[in-house]
Amino acid sequence: MSDVISFLPPREKVLARRSTIIADLADLLPADCLVHEPRELVPFETDAFVAYRRLPLAVVLPHNTAQVAAVLKYCHRYGVPVVPRGAGTSLCGGAIPQEDAVVIGLSKMSRILEVDFANRTATVQAGVTNLSISDTVGPEGYFYAPDPSSQLACTIGGNIAMNSGGAHCLKYGVTTNNLLGVKMVLMDGTVIDLGGKHLDSAGYDLLGLVCGSEGQLGIVTEATVRLIAKPEGARPVLFGFTSSEEAGACVADVIGAGIIPVAIEFMDKPAIEICEAFAKAGYPLDVEALLIVEVEGSEAEMEAMLSSIVEIARRHGVKTVRESQSATEAALIWKGRKSAFGATGRIADYICMDGTVPLSKLSYVLKRTSEIVEGFGLRVANVFHAGDGNMHPLILFNANDPVEAAKAEAAGNEILKLCVDAGGCLTGEHGVGIEKRDLMLHQYTRAELDQQIRVREAFDSQWLLNPSKVFPLDGRPQTAGAV
Amino acid sequence: MSLLLVPTREEEAADMIRAAAEAKRSLAISGGNTRSGFGQQVEAQGVLRSAGLSGIVAYDPAEMVLTARAGTPVSEIEEALAENGQMLAFEPMDHRAVMGTVGEPTIGGIFATNTSGPRRFVAGAARDSLLGVRYINGRGEVLRAGGRVMKNVTGLDLVKLLAGSFGTLGFLTEVTFRVLPRPQDQRTIILSGLDDGEAARAMAIAMSLSVEVSGAAHLPESVRGRFLNGNLSDGPATVLRLEGLAASVAVRAQKLVATLQSLAPISQLEAEESRVLWQEIRDVKPYADGTMKPLWRVSVAPTSGFQLVAALRLQAGIDCFYDWQGGLLWMRMESEPEGELVRHVMHQTGGGHATLVRASDDMRATENAFEPLPAAVLALQARVKQQLDPAGIFNPGKMARS
Repeated sequence: MSDVISFLPPREKVLARRSTIIADLADLLPADCLVHEPRELVPFETDAFVAYRRLPLAVVLPHNTAQVAAVLKYCHRYGVPVVPRGAGTSLCGGAIPQEDAVVIGLSKMSRILEVDFANRTATVQAGVTNLSISDTVGPEGYFYAPDPSSQLACTIGGNIAMNSGGAHCLKYGVTTNNLLGVKMVLMDGTVIDLGGKHLDSAGYDLLGLVCGSEGQLGIVTEATVRLIAKPEGARPVLFGFTSSEEAGACVADVIGAGIIPVAIEFMDKPAIEICEAFAKAGYPLDVEALLIVEVEGSEAEMEAMLSSIVEIARRHGVKTVRESQSATEAALIWKGRKSAFGATGRIADYICMDGTVPLSKLSYVLKRTSEIVEGFGLRVANVFHAGDGNMHPLILFNANDPVEAAKAEAAGNEILKLCVDAGGCLTGEHGVGIEKRDLMLHQYTRAELDQQIRVREAFDSQWLLNPSKVFPLDGRPQTAGAV
Repeated sequence: MSLLLVPTREEEAADMIRAAAEAKRSLAISGGNTRSGFGQQVEAQGVLRSAGLSGIVAYDPAEMVLTARAGTPVSEIEEALAENGQMLAFEPMDHRAVMGTVGEPTIGGIFATNTSGPRRFVAGAARDSLLGVRYINGRGEVLRAGGRVMKNVTGLDLVKLLAGSFGTLGFLTEVTFRVLPRPQDQRTIILSGLDDGEAARAMAIAMSLSVEVSGAAHLPESVRGRFLNGNLSDGPATVLRLEGLAASVAVRAQKLVATLQSLAPISQLEAEESRVLWQEIRDVKPYADGTMKPLWRVSVAPTSGFQLVAALRLQAGIDCFYDWQGGLLWMRMESEPEGELVRHVMHQTGGGHATLVRASDDMRATENAFEPLPAAVLALQARVKQQLDPAGIFNPGKMARS
């Protein structure tokens, strides 16, 4: 793919000291924690935003907070950039390293430290996978609510860095709404605790600021998250419509009627075909748009809620209504949806956008999205969280064709601008990373961005933490290696 | 008397702030001034109030999002929401009765103080509903943070930082927040006669069930008579609220009762009385007593609350009740605030944070109203403040005693 997104130029002084830095890191850490042979660095050169890659200077894989602190303190002293990494599932390039950076991978810190059912909390190390929390507490009747599609692999530390969402956040919120506390290491090696098992913060809400800060403010090594009692039952229902507009209007009316299902997922025809071919979930193929609506609660509650939703859907000319009849069928329905990205990747290369728009603009933005992508001579499949307006158009292209790749990227940028212009934002849950960095001035004024930059500098005045990300390289302060 | 500034336009407010910053003239920031007894006393050369920036800017009930200018009275917001069968999920407390203040609380004040109520422990705090703000920083720049959509991870989340910063980081001019459908029905299950520890266990059991309890409070014998005009049944009352569709509430109440009935005698309140009770809990009715006796709001892990109280009772005269499954303590001291003792015992029983909500001016002058922070966090907080308010003009001393 065309390399149009630039990284900061590597710090020459750091590159020149490469062998010294590696020797020093080897002194700080046990042997199994340091990776520096070029061949062994390759698995760390990119994340799920695979179009871009850079080999890091070295990778460290600490076992504990003290080791993270030692490495940060060292890097702070010698001006070495660091790039934090969880499972490397970032879709926006948030974990892609750079040549002068030490990657700090949290994969060895994967223990669940404490589960406290009476207080409904779990305290875990940052490298614990999202799904393993729910797997651990599930037998006792609890779960951890945010459920990004990558939940089998992605880590809680990465979720905190990106403030990850998922399909069920319509009811339960995103990571920031389910995070009670963190232990984190500041760039100078200081370890601080924010929050805990209690609610709300003493002083400023630094926990809320850290969540979603994309590794710009420090490295989270432990987290305390909120657990929720599992609902008695949950049932996804498929609603097939003859047009996207009708499906969109149905979503608005369900919400407007005061019904908040736990999830409302939208797929258009291309997405339905791709997912059905992969997952054999029984999605109807004769419709233009599909909604997966999940309700939960007791049998009586689900019945009551569903009958209201069905009635609204009928007013919008719903063509197919299919309730899952068993847990297996329900799981299959979700498998189809959650494998959307993977399934799409089997038939073409794609880039996935993540803008959010106000619910009233859904139909308009969908229509314009198709027009934009068709205008570039490409195809698009739409799967997204309709209940909260978080769109995920997948733009299909051939990565071996540089012209097509450039077109896909240009189409994506136009779609994101469309989302902002419709009153929404560039990214609802994937993060800015490098992918959307250069579009930030479309959403924010220079003064607004400068205020964010100044707050960032309160944490890392030397711009060592994940420095190529989030903020456009132009217009940064001198300390940030402005270009 | 210091200079009173009540701008009616955002640009006017920005001009005022810019002028104040240039002259290094400090400003006490307020909305309706109904919560200003909260926190340290502010010594400022001027007063900047948002009351002149008033009115709902945009509200589309189908989107469940409302935008209002910061000085809009909360009553106006609640009226608009009620007309459309919606509400603020975080159920903000009205501080007037307990603080002995008059005037109109503003929506900006709610978010500036991150004020929430009983539903907070399951539905999030004010900051969780806040989607976006317009604000003026200490340089007099009019800025936006966040937006009007529910999912937004674009850049640093300054919305969270500004929520609960008590006017020390910026002057809010407009807030955009999420609203929710008002539940069709509600009812309250009352367990009678449990002591504080037994109540904590009962509430934890209730929260472990899939019945979506949306309020869990324990009202010991000493406060029980202050609720519902004394009509709450005898003895300590542990109260559990269920909300939702009428059919769901009935089914869930049955399940809850079936599980808890071995623990204590159970009675129920129907919708109307239930609504009144939770509003009284929200507004801390027992301590709306016309006094300035020190009142603490202590947030701890739910199972630590009663232990803290038991340990503290050995050393100080206190009266208290519990919200948030036992994790929120409202504690009225008999005479002195005894902040050091309260915090010492709190840290021994698991930690959290204690805020002095009400006290006489003399007491406020010598007590830390907010939880003292570890040095590293305090330094970080000071650097953040410096970046938003470089001249240090907003509410000096509000959050930390100098």
